[in-house]
Amino acid sequence: MGNVGAKEIPELLDKDGKRIDGRGLNDLRPLKIEAGILKRADGSAFVEWGENKVMAAVYGPREVHPRHMQENTRAIVQCRYNMASFSVDERKRPGLDRRSQEISRVIADAFESVLFVEEYPRTSIGIFIEVLQANAGTRCAGIVAASVALADAGIPMSDLIPAVAVGKVAGHLVLDLRKEEDNFGEADMPMAMVPKSGRLVLLQMEGHMTRHELGTALEMGVEGCKKIYELQKEALRNRYAIARAEGAA
Amino acid sequence: MTNEVTTEILVAHVMELAKAGKRLDGRGIDELREVKVIPGYVNSADGSAYVQYGLTKVVCGVKLEPGTPFPDTPNAGVLTTNAEIVPLSSPDYEPGPPSPQAIELSRVVDRAIRAAEVIDLEKLCVTPSEKCWTCFVDIHVLDDCGNLIDAALLAAVAALKNAKLPSERFGLGETAPLHVAHTPIEVTFVRLGDTLIVDPSSEEEATCQGRLTIATDERGHICAMQKGRVGAFSPQDVLSLAERAEAHGNKLRELLHHHGHAHPGS
Amino acid sequence: MKPGYGTYRENGKIYASVTGLLSMRPPFVRVIPFAGRYVPQAGDTVIAVVRDVGSTYWLVDLRAYHYAPLHHTGTPWKIEYGECGDYLRPGDSIVVEIEGIDPTNRIMVTMNGEGLGKLTGGFIEEVSPTKVPRIIGKGGSMIKMIQEATDVKVVVGQNGRIWIDGPPDGILKARKALEIIDREGQRQGLTDRIKLFLER
Repeated sequence: MGNVGAKEIPELLDKDGKRIDGRGLNDLRPLKIEAGILKRADGSAFVEWGENKVMAAVYGPREVHPRHMQENTRAIVQCRYNMASFSVDERKRPGLDRRSQEISRVIADAFESVLFVEEYPRTSIGIFIEVLQANAGTRCAGIVAASVALADAGIPMSDLIPAVAVGKVAGHLVLDLRKEEDNFGEADMPMAMVPKSGRLVLLQMEGHMTRHELGTALEMGVEGCKKIYELQKEALRNRYAIARAEGAA
Repeated sequence: MTNEVTTEILVAHVMELAKAGKRLDGRGIDELREVKVIPGYVNSADGSAYVQYGLTKVVCGVKLEPGTPFPDTPNAGVLTTNAEIVPLSSPDYEPGPPSPQAIELSRVVDRAIRAAEVIDLEKLCVTPSEKCWTCFVDIHVLDDCGNLIDAALLAAVAALKNAKLPSERFGLGETAPLHVAHTPIEVTFVRLGDTLIVDPSSEEEATCQGRLTIATDERGHICAMQKGRVGAFSPQDVLSLAERAEAHGNKLRELLHHHGHAHPGS
Repeated sequence: MKPGYGTYRENGKIYASVTGLLSMRPPFVRVIPFAGRYVPQAGDTVIAVVRDVGSTYWLVDLRAYHYAPLHHTGTPWKIEYGECGDYLRPGDSIVVEIEGIDPTNRIMVTMNGEGLGKLTGGFIEEVSPTKVPRIIGKGGSMIKMIQEATDVKVVVGQNGRIWIDGPPDGILKARKALEIIDREGQRQGLTDRIKLFLER
């Protein structure tokens, strides 16, 4: 659960119940989403979430290369989650390590459940996520960005997918872990939800929780996701509405 | 196999415009696109910069870590440059090892940094033969709309100018700005028939018959050159492009200077 | 109410599947997307780019989800086996008509017909396929206005490729006008903005 160095463990929760960055237990970090920032991609989005900076781009549906990978009855969803070498404290070697490969897989699976893949046989939908600056919750930021990028590309989906990590620090459940809370806390549970159905399409967990805590944590995550969902929709409205507001002449 | 194909109509039109000294986006033959630099863009790096040349977007992060000197240079630190042309930057992505284009980009940027002695590698030595600083210059291409070389080097130089040696973190003294001795700027030209244009867009790159990149520094020295793509340049071409490269280099150095040595949080 | 283009039904409700403008065409609820690749419709005239050559056909790119095969019988030429490359090569731009989509989702196109064939000269501007109706305008009014102001001839592909030919300055001006429509096509007052731009 992150590297525990020779540093002293920071005080994650002060006597007033405020977290290391002053947030309450149920507060999200500031989240900014911008859609359509890349020229070459079919759809794109940039997310600044706390100190995370994550870019997502989408290409497709398009012909599959190499040809033999295509599926006759549906589109294949390819996802590549990658962290830039300079995005983390200790410089990361370029290329996909096992962690990135695993995250790529769980994110692709999440989007498969909302994309209408049978409508685009023998094509691929490529989702590319680049983490430029990391501060815990990058896979969630990646999903939030990729959802908006898919919508920006005009690819039909049943819903956008908000995502957030719930954790536990100093015995208390907290929403949206930051780096220190992820490294030194007692649990980390990233989750992604389809708001229309309320169902989770990504769920991972590491640490210690009682079943009771799990119930509360899931509730916190769901509420957090609902807030993020509104921000995702707003980002898409802004993409087209800016022009609309100006044009009201 | 790439996903984009250059059409015969595009090539013919770009060439026709070039004959009349005109370009697809209305620029002059010696006119750069709008260049934007944001130093200190990423706070997880020791130095960083975001650069735009028109719609081309790249980010460079510099990270410094303790390491061991190479046996043949015991008194010097280590510099390593790597450019990633990540799949989100263009529809031409192919899974697999770094493309020849990415490798060329890494090496051309590295050559300019080294030749111009942007950083004095001997200043990065801690204990000869035993300990030194390794300086990683990592370039991440975000949007490939042409001329990655110039954008990547500008981002690298801006990131180095912005960098702090993280000595405190490793118990090696006090954290201080990384000393940047020289400021090379690369300027890339492509041939379109008899016309030599600066800062090619992706359409111009796809159409061109040869590409020449020239790096100059603030002393007026030419410190690196690279000819790319299929095509040829006469010695007179090279000299005239070197002159143009110096002029553009000076303007861009001024732009960098204007942004100062902004550190994250300042 | 029935779910039309850009929507889907779940648990008795109809939802949008894309970001776009709501358009009711009873009994269908539709959402016209702001973005997306070209969706081939029978009868559409499109501008395609040849990507690959086979022994009896070419593969052409329509900016759709798939390439379309153009069989040699879909051209006005009499082509021997293996000689397709003598007539059309990768990089050639052609005007074709969508005949339809076969049950295996293959897009059927033909180059036999009036106004269809290979394009030479000029320039092809690419816009979002969703903006083509605005580029054409009511009864062709918008595209006509652009043509008159710039002295260019035009072929509008429903797939968002627009071929323009004429004097270089005219081409540049027409391209800029098309770029404005592509960027701001869903905005009010677009016609006036374009008129103002063309008069400059």
